[in-house]
Amino acid sequence: MGMTITEKILAAHAGLDEIRPGQLINARLDLCLGNDITAPIAIKEFEKAGAQQVFDKSRVCLVPDHFAPNKDIKSAEQCAQLRRFARSQSLVNYFEVGQMGVEHALLPEKGLVLPGDCVIGADSHTCTYGALGAFSTGVGSTDLAAGMITGQAWFKVPEQMKFVYKGTPGPWVGGKDLILFTIGRIGVDGALYRSMNFSGSAITALNMDERLAMCNMAIEAGAKNGIIEPDRITLEYVSSRAARSYKVYSSDPDAVYVETFEWDITAMEPQVAFPHLPENAHPVSEARDIAIDQSFIGSCTNGRITDLRLAAKVMRGKKVAQAVRCIVIPATQAIYRQAMEEGLFEVFLDAGCAISTPTCGPCLGGHMGILAEGERCIATSNRNFVGRMGHTKSEIYLSNAAVAAASAVTGRITHPEEVLS
Amino acid sequence: MTLKGKAFKYGDNVDTDAIIPARYLNTSDPAELAAHCMEDIDADFIGKKRTGDVIVARKNFGCGSSREHAPISIKAAGISCVIADTFARIFYRNSINTGLPIIECPAATVDIEKGDEVEVDLEAGLIRNLRSGGEFRFEPMPDFAREIIEAGGLMKYVMKQKGA
Repeated sequence: MGMTITEKILAAHAGLDEIRPGQLINARLDLCLGNDITAPIAIKEFEKAGAQQVFDKSRVCLVPDHFAPNKDIKSAEQCAQLRRFARSQSLVNYFEVGQMGVEHALLPEKGLVLPGDCVIGADSHTCTYGALGAFSTGVGSTDLAAGMITGQAWFKVPEQMKFVYKGTPGPWVGGKDLILFTIGRIGVDGALYRSMNFSGSAITALNMDERLAMCNMAIEAGAKNGIIEPDRITLEYVSSRAARSYKVYSSDPDAVYVETFEWDITAMEPQVAFPHLPENAHPVSEARDIAIDQSFIGSCTNGRITDLRLAAKVMRGKKVAQAVRCIVIPATQAIYRQAMEEGLFEVFLDAGCAISTPTCGPCLGGHMGILAEGERCIATSNRNFVGRMGHTKSEIYLSNAAVAAASAVTGRITHPEEVLS
Repeated sequence: MTLKGKAFKYGDNVDTDAIIPARYLNTSDPAELAAHCMEDIDADFIGKKRTGDVIVARKNFGCGSSREHAPISIKAAGISCVIADTFARIFYRNSINTGLPIIECPAATVDIEKGDEVEVDLEAGLIRNLRSGGEFRFEPMPDFAREIIEAGGLMKYVMKQKGA
């Protein structure tokens, strides 16, 4: 019986020739990740356990990105804790404000996650790296502490699901739309405990930024991981970034899946997820005329250069509607520089957008764009739970960057074509 | 071990932002987190809960963020266990790792209503609703998870393995 890419990576990291869903394994880790919210608890557990050293100072990565640059005194204390630990452990991959970016945009960009890797991160969106053909999954702080000490983690081998996207995505449809559509079909627990294997001609057509956005939201369907087999586009992306060797895995033709979905997405519209769950996906045409107070373009889902280019394409020569605040947050310093050099900032500034240094900020209601009672935001982030971005009586609609930009211009949820025509 | 308390009842997809809103994640102090547990989904929870009470919910409890602050805040609020149809996977792991008993038992979650007195025998795998008289069996945790809990949490388990 064949195995999927996920099963092969887990087997290789557990030192086994073959594994099956349901089996408990102990896997070797290529990288452990923590941030300013989750790492403080992990560091406390690390110290409480009497551990002296991390298993490998180049394979433990800490990124203060959630409430950084420090939003208040308590956040400053948490970031200071990371800094102290990183220094005392001589961590190679600690990224200070000024170097840091939103972790799941930063790590692939720096070549820290590579195809075939097995990665845990104390952040649920660690599943993003599946776009590189790696097994990566979110865990809690205690799992991170154990991983930092032993370089290993226990997993129950997940059941495998297959998603095949046929056809060619339209001009305003990308990874975000495919994943919102998928979650809309299977629900926020539709892939609970399972792997989501994404394939098909529409996936092949996506660039790395789009694929990262897609795998980023596998967790929003409850999945343990989302993954795309490496192809020419993946290898082009990693070859200039990799500082260590990596292995490309692919699924066997006779791999076993508990469920398979096939969709032709050629005619698909951009998708918008209505409050208060990512599964409330609708074509953008069904959302038109919903007035907004804020548009947020950024986050580990859609704060990459592809997203900023799309937003700028829509906004060029336009103004943000008077009743709307539009907040643009490039996800990393490199993306920030690239956007600046390409003149995208000029477009955003002319339109009346606020541009911020990289941070997770508003996505989780941290800072840089919190919502008041009754306010409505269209956001390129990944969660629209009650109170996620602020007041419990505020609302979040999730979309891609082009729709968020078009909506900022008109002041209501809008298809990009409408602004450009 | 037998747990006994009043039930707080919730629906599907109780997410970790509802269990402990991100605005309180600038601390990891259990007592501080407990003071805001369930605040955005049930403003009465903190004022009414008593030590030993149980949380009962439907499917996908704990979905969303990986924040361990969620099970920590529930445990520090004095809740003895969470019963749900299903749990989101990171929350499930975090609960095992931090020692919060969690039980998957859809039959019980249908029967138990807000305010019901509930008794849970973790070893026997039995939930009793003292109001309705309903009795519900549940699968005990997998051996591996129980070993972690018996060792006193993941860290003690790991250090034991490492030393061995």
